[in-house]
Amino acid sequence: MAVAEPAATVQFVLTALAFAALVWAFVTSDFSLRLVWLNSHTDKPMLYKITGTWGNHEGSMLLWVLIVTLFGAFVAWFGQGLPPGLKARVLSVQAMIGVAFFAFIVFTSNPFLRLEVPPFNGQDLNPLLQDPGLAFHPPFLYVGYVGLSMTFSFAIAALIEGRVDASWGRWVRPYTLAAWTFLTIGIALGSWWAYYELGWGGFWFWDPVENASFMPWLIGAALLHSAVVVEKREALKSWTILLAIIAFGFSMIGAFITRSGVLTSVHAFANDPERGVFLLMITATFMLGGLTLFAARANVLQAKGVFGLVSRESVLLVNNILLAVACFVVFVGTIWPLVAEMFFDRKLSVGAPFFNMAFTPFMVLLGLILPVGAMLSWKRAKLDRVLNSLKWPFILAIAIGTLAYAMQTGRSALGPVGMFLAAWLVMGSVVDLWSRTGRGPDRFGRLRRLPRADWGKSVAHAGLGVTMAGVAAMMAWKVEDIRVVNVGESFELAGHTVTLIEVHDEEGPNYLSTKATFDIDLNGRDVSELRPEKRFYPVAQMPTTEAAIDNGFLRDIYVVIGDPQDSGGWAVRSYYKPLANWIWGGSILMALGGALSLSDRRYRVAAGAQNARRKTPKGVPAE
Amino acid sequence: MKRLVLLLCFALAFPAYAVQPDEVLSDPVLEERARDLSKGLRCLVCRNESIDDSNAPLARDLRLLVRERLVEGDSDEQVIDFVVDRYGEYVLLQPKLGGSNLLLWAAGPLMLLIAAGIGANYLRRRAKATDEAHDDLSVEEKARLDDIMRESVSKDT
Repeated sequence: MAVAEPAATVQFVLTALAFAALVWAFVTSDFSLRLVWLNSHTDKPMLYKITGTWGNHEGSMLLWVLIVTLFGAFVAWFGQGLPPGLKARVLSVQAMIGVAFFAFIVFTSNPFLRLEVPPFNGQDLNPLLQDPGLAFHPPFLYVGYVGLSMTFSFAIAALIEGRVDASWGRWVRPYTLAAWTFLTIGIALGSWWAYYELGWGGFWFWDPVENASFMPWLIGAALLHSAVVVEKREALKSWTILLAIIAFGFSMIGAFITRSGVLTSVHAFANDPERGVFLLMITATFMLGGLTLFAARANVLQAKGVFGLVSRESVLLVNNILLAVACFVVFVGTIWPLVAEMFFDRKLSVGAPFFNMAFTPFMVLLGLILPVGAMLSWKRAKLDRVLNSLKWPFILAIAIGTLAYAMQTGRSALGPVGMFLAAWLVMGSVVDLWSRTGRGPDRFGRLRRLPRADWGKSVAHAGLGVTMAGVAAMMAWKVEDIRVVNVGESFELAGHTVTLIEVHDEEGPNYLSTKATFDIDLNGRDVSELRPEKRFYPVAQMPTTEAAIDNGFLRDIYVVIGDPQDSGGWAVRSYYKPLANWIWGGSILMALGGALSLSDRRYRVAAGAQNARRKTPKGVPAE
Repeated sequence: MKRLVLLLCFALAFPAYAVQPDEVLSDPVLEERARDLSKGLRCLVCRNESIDDSNAPLARDLRLLVRERLVEGDSDEQVIDFVVDRYGEYVLLQPKLGGSNLLLWAAGPLMLLIAAGIGANYLRRRAKATDEAHDDLSVEEKARLDDIMRESVSKDT
């Protein structure tokens, strides 16, 4: 068993070396590597040479296993508090995951294939990927995906040992939190990128690859909450284990969907069946193995905690049901085209309209019960007391929703409901946090000294509300304008006057650009100057749009320059996007909440090397 | 890469962006109906993109087709039927509610019912179960301590 720790370290160090070698090849533009030749070019800015390492299938797979081994090494280095048996088992399961993906790389996606005659220059990275938002989107996402492999390893190890108790919950929760936090950032980065880069300001498309990252996020969120119940109350044990297994399952299904292309086009799958089949085999092996073990051993996990129907435990169970079923809806919608074609011989699509209709109700329900559930006490709660303290937030939220309804022009319920939920969640979180400070003098001092987990919880829940506000406002109230504009001409956009000042051509480091200048006025007052671009990357033979956005707290103004028209003038698309930044602001808050919880004393103690031996009281508020 | 395939669509596309000014109908009511319909129709050469968002020339042809039908006085359903007749139900982003698709639409609500049933059963058992955790007093003690602390905190407010 003692071999596990040094082995985990060695595995990580060697993988890191391989990854460093690949980064070096990209930095020095070593075109004798096929991968570098395919995805890089000497004219490319240094940042994108480096990020180009993971901007392709092979390199990103190497990053993936690097993170798998990094997590293993983390447990080896900082897991002093873990019992040696559990630790060795966790590390061995984690290493097995590593080995499976190493085999995948070696047999199907070798990044180090050489070209016999190195070409003079490379074929360039896809210009759309040469962007800061997307450059750092994959690493965050992978840390998230792979972080869930750690919870999987913990779950399998616990099943083998037949022991799941409060301390298991405490060991596994930091990894879940970290994974979920990184997933949140990764998804938000991707969505933000889509918003400003794709040229029409969409932020979520319910695309199979997006769903692939969203499903682990949903299950991760459920796991996060059920692990709390295990940690504090020793209940929901087998369900938590099952979630941990399924969460990693969705990570791997995500990798399969993204990399095999089976859902995007049947032909892409046929082009490279080897990779898809290999990934499917890895997924099937780990899932079947994990679930079989679960079926065989789940009965030894006896729940201990006893609780009433109205309690934090119950409401967290409802949270889990809603999140898991919401994830199930996304899953069914994502694979339905495949199912329909295979079993019913129907070739059909499942797109955004379906997901908006089938998924949204679950989020509305979740938002409705969240503030109440967050304040219920463990074991046996008094519902009336909680409802009483949430009276004002509820009334205010209803007022805000009604106001939104009165002010909007259409009859759509989306905007008002979104505003109500947002206000309800944000104010509910504030009341929750404030109620924890007790009574008497120095409530602010106590507020500051509340455990970070309490802060994390409130911040993340408020963040969810902020994101919901942004999504609802963007979908319900955006204004769009498409027209031909001559230089010097003005038009109206949601109360603003937009004037096209001039258009000229420019040369960038590795692209040609047509740049326009727009002036935005509000009631004769200058608001901002926007310079949207239309770029052409000659090496990749690819055009891109660079929308110009005036970011504001309450709205974005988004302008895209199109083609010159035969009749003179330019095609111009402009948008007024209310609360656009709230979507990502809320995501940042959610991630911040995760990070705050992660830094809570009891996890630092549970995971920390130095403090491992110091005895600390658990679960008792700092005050 | 997460969006690579999405990008492929752009690689194939000409540098033209979704709805063009010359496509817009002069009648704002008809134009709005056209936009709503376009949002539910799939661009056939793209991945999971509506013709309203797509830059592909084929999407433009479809957008023009939708507007043509509308100008000729078709109802929304007639336009959709016209497009589906030609391109199959693959073109619909919101799958029809019928036949095997009932399974797709019912999947969420059904699963919710099942989960709620299992959950309720579990909760009832937990509420009835007797406290048998004498062997692990420390956890129970702490949990009770938690409860007492919370109670006193919320009593005060």
